[in-house]
Amino acid sequence: MARIVVAPVGEIPAGGRKLVEAEGKRIVVFNLGGEFYALSDRCPHQGGSLCAGLVSGHVESSEPGVYRYARRGEMVRCPWHYWEFDIRTGKSWFDPKRVQVRQFPAQVTSGAALVEGPYVAETFAVRVEDEYVVVEA
Amino acid sequence: MPSYGQFRPIDCDLHPMVPGMAALTPYMDEFWRDQVVERGITTLDTQSWPVRSPKTVRTDWRGADGRGAATVGQLRAQSLDRLGTAMGILNPLYGVQLVFNEDMAAAFTRALNDWTRAEWLDQDQRLRASIVLPLQSVEAAVAEIERLAPDRRFVQVLALVMGEVPLGRRQYWPIFEACVRHGLPLGIHAGSAYRHPQTSVGWTSWYLEEYAANQQAFQSTLASLITEGVFTKFPGLRVVLLESGVSWLPGFLWRLQKTWKGVRFEVPWVDRLPAEIVRDQVRLTVQPLDAPEDGAIVQRVMDQLRSDALLLWASDWPHWQFDGDDAMPAGIPESLWPKLMRDNPLATYQRLSEGVVA
Repeated sequence: MARIVVAPVGEIPAGGRKLVEAEGKRIVVFNLGGEFYALSDRCPHQGGSLCAGLVSGHVESSEPGVYRYARRGEMVRCPWHYWEFDIRTGKSWFDPKRVQVRQFPAQVTSGAALVEGPYVAETFAVRVEDEYVVVEA
Repeated sequence: MPSYGQFRPIDCDLHPMVPGMAALTPYMDEFWRDQVVERGITTLDTQSWPVRSPKTVRTDWRGADGRGAATVGQLRAQSLDRLGTAMGILNPLYGVQLVFNEDMAAAFTRALNDWTRAEWLDQDQRLRASIVLPLQSVEAAVAEIERLAPDRRFVQVLALVMGEVPLGRRQYWPIFEACVRHGLPLGIHAGSAYRHPQTSVGWTSWYLEEYAANQQAFQSTLASLITEGVFTKFPGLRVVLLESGVSWLPGFLWRLQKTWKGVRFEVPWVDRLPAEIVRDQVRLTVQPLDAPEDGAIVQRVMDQLRSDALLLWASDWPHWQFDGDDAMPAGIPESLWPKLMRDNPLATYQRLSEGVVA
């Protein structure tokens, strides 16, 4: 498993996302209010790019006509067929056990820790005084 | 072929045919009785079932006047006694749904239901019936359920598949609430009230087109009931699709469910797979069964339905769906006959079990 330095923390604002390619994988990293989540960019249905998908909230209902809308910004919909996935878990709503997007651990790491390596796919200089989003893939 | 009688079969779709309006006037109050005469209303036969069409009445079941299904005697001789039917559910298909005047519709429908009760239910204890609904008015429909539900021989309510607006719409929910309260499934039968063209692309030119188009209407009606959340709101409601053809269901559910996965946020109350909802709450009568007479192909359809609890046996008398006494569609394995003919109807219609020896 490789550890990929995706970007300086400031490059992916809250609500933003970034697509990275490393180790032969396409991975999309989301920033949900300062927490970072990484999913495969491949929808498990037919391979649509989740990075190009609409990010919305989650709606449930206790009965017809009642809309309980919550978790704004935490669901991503594949642009091809609109299947919705929980950005925090990668699970689909309609079949969370069987239909899910592969998830990768993501975290924020200090530049000081990063310079000790080993890391891959760095296309920018790591500065010890900054913080970086790192994904294990 | 085993005899049907050993299964004590329950026939879930029988159609007594009203000979003419004169047969119903005794069941009307004086005002409507006179109105029928004064206005010269002789019949409410509709083009959904043209009397002279070969499909409407099997040739050897027609009387000298070309009509059929007019008496209990005919029903016994042509169906009940021949097939060994233990119980049969009457679904009258007279054109009361076509009337526009709400008061007239309610009066005619009451008369139809009372005719069914007096001239059929009272004549043979094997018989049960559906309460035909005057859907021109939700209030009148609920009132008709309340009026007749105490008679436990009414085991279902009956609507046509092509009505005024999609059947799942909330305006109809008081009817579904009454169904659940009284333990009455909602039966939906092929046929139109002619409020709209019989197809979504316009009026048909031919009977052939129209009969085939019922399948589209069943699909749209089922989609309406699912997406409007009727099954979510009324988990106790059972819906029976009568004379629908059956084999369209797996393909249609595939399409509905596939699309639901992408746009379920539109209908968040549909909180599980539509196919699961259908398996829990929808049943279908098997006459006709639109499939080749090949057991292997029929078995594939059954496998796609993923349940042997969905199908209910029906002869569809006097409609011409089979010859002789071959009232079970070819290709349905005999191992399933006990379920289709007995277990599934009893599980669907809770009132059928009342007073029945297991």
